[in-house]
Amino acid sequence: MASAVALERVVKSFGKLEVLSGIDLDVAEHEVVCLIGASGSGKSTLLRCVNLLEPVDAGRILIHGDDITAPGVDQNRLRRRIGIVFQAFNLFPHMNVLENVTLAPRKALRMGAKDANERGIELLERFGLADKRDEFPDRLSGGQQQRAAIVRALAMEPDIMLLDEVTSALDPELVGEVLGVIRDLAKGGMTMLVATHEMGFARETADRVCFLDRGRILEQGPPERIFTAPSEPRTQEFLRRIIEAGRM
Amino acid sequence: MATALASTVVVLTVLVVIAVTSPGWDEFRAKFLDGDLFWTSLPEIARAFRLNVKIFSISEVLILILALGIAVLRSLPGPVFFPIRLLAIIYTDVFRGIPTILVVYMLALGIPALLLSDANWYRSAVVWSIVALTLVYSAYVAEVYRAGIQSVHPSQEAAARSLGLSRWQALRFVVLPQAVRRVIPPLLNDFIGLQKDTALVAIAGPVEAFRQAQIAESANFNFTPYLCASLLFLLLTIPLARFTDWLIERDRRRFLASGGS
Repeated sequence: MASAVALERVVKSFGKLEVLSGIDLDVAEHEVVCLIGASGSGKSTLLRCVNLLEPVDAGRILIHGDDITAPGVDQNRLRRRIGIVFQAFNLFPHMNVLENVTLAPRKALRMGAKDANERGIELLERFGLADKRDEFPDRLSGGQQQRAAIVRALAMEPDIMLLDEVTSALDPELVGEVLGVIRDLAKGGMTMLVATHEMGFARETADRVCFLDRGRILEQGPPERIFTAPSEPRTQEFLRRIIEAGRM
Repeated sequence: MATALASTVVVLTVLVVIAVTSPGWDEFRAKFLDGDLFWTSLPEIARAFRLNVKIFSISEVLILILALGIAVLRSLPGPVFFPIRLLAIIYTDVFRGIPTILVVYMLALGIPALLLSDANWYRSAVVWSIVALTLVYSAYVAEVYRAGIQSVHPSQEAAARSLGLSRWQALRFVVLPQAVRRVIPPLLNDFIGLQKDTALVAIAGPVEAFRQAQIAESANFNFTPYLCASLLFLLLTIPLARFTDWLIERDRRRFLASGGS
């Protein structure tokens, strides 16, 4: 069976700076893959390429075997199958939580307002946000905003979720509630590609951890091996700095 | 507060004394401040002022629509849309560059002179004056809208597109509602300018407030009617100016209350 996501020699540059230098990566269905690595190692760019928010310069990206980087691909259609959650939440500030959640189902899937609301309310209930549905984003805590952003992505019933440092903008005491939601998604079998600085989370939730360095996947494997016995010196160096910073 | 009041009274008193003790004061008062003429000419000028109100009301609606269209065209990304962007740029440059009075003159006198139709609306200077004001002010307001569109962070569009919304849907439901909200104060500012500029229509013939004041002036050899016209304009522009300031202040307070984010 084709991988849920497959990257083949993906290259992406911004001007002269090559951010992804030939990435090969396969994500199986129901697999949770965590991307770790220093800032600027290309984690976010990789996710944005999978969502076609950034066009790739070379290489291919396949979703369930379909080449999404081929010319003429219906990007809007494709993005409905791939949810992405951003570090900065990016909720729509002029809409309340429920409107945030139902906008895409109503406009992109042409779902009726009643059905979209039902689906939205059900999801908000599942993620403990039912009482916040009429609030505007600026009235919510960071953790609530990020959970609302996750619900907003889930409302499109995506096959794959891309999470881009979703806890990095949160106060430490709010990180747990968001990670809890992601753990639940993983348990539910959601295929996920997760860029993260939360090593504890990666270790416990990921099926596989990929260490990105200078636009390449330098090392990958099951979390227990990457975190306890990394073979590459640069991985060892990165993990040593993480431990020194008290983040693991 | 007391200091502000005192200094205001002092300044006003000094100005009044300077005017009243000036050598030409008596002549000035007779020519510009004729109380009787003020009240007798006011009703007809006020009636003519209704034309100004009509002109700017219609223009404002048209401007809101046309300017938004131009701003959206100018915000289209990518090389494919370059010709459209170029046209939008030429439009804003040309109509911001020509004095409004010339545009009114050329359209209101020129287009009917082409004799393309016998219809009443075609020969009406008022219609072409409205078109002229709409063209000129849309160029300004389009830039205001465009600034608003650019002030919405690109991550908002990315979030909308990532959910599967088309570029147009992202613009329509996510970017524009935020952009328009932010530009309402500067937009009203342009409308204050527009309301005054309806007086320019007089040069093409229609009898609006300024033209009516001119008629009264030449009939009486007295400038007081202009005072009537001025006050009528102030009656509309000052409340709008106060409302605009209130909106700006309210937005500033909200911005501060939300932690300035």
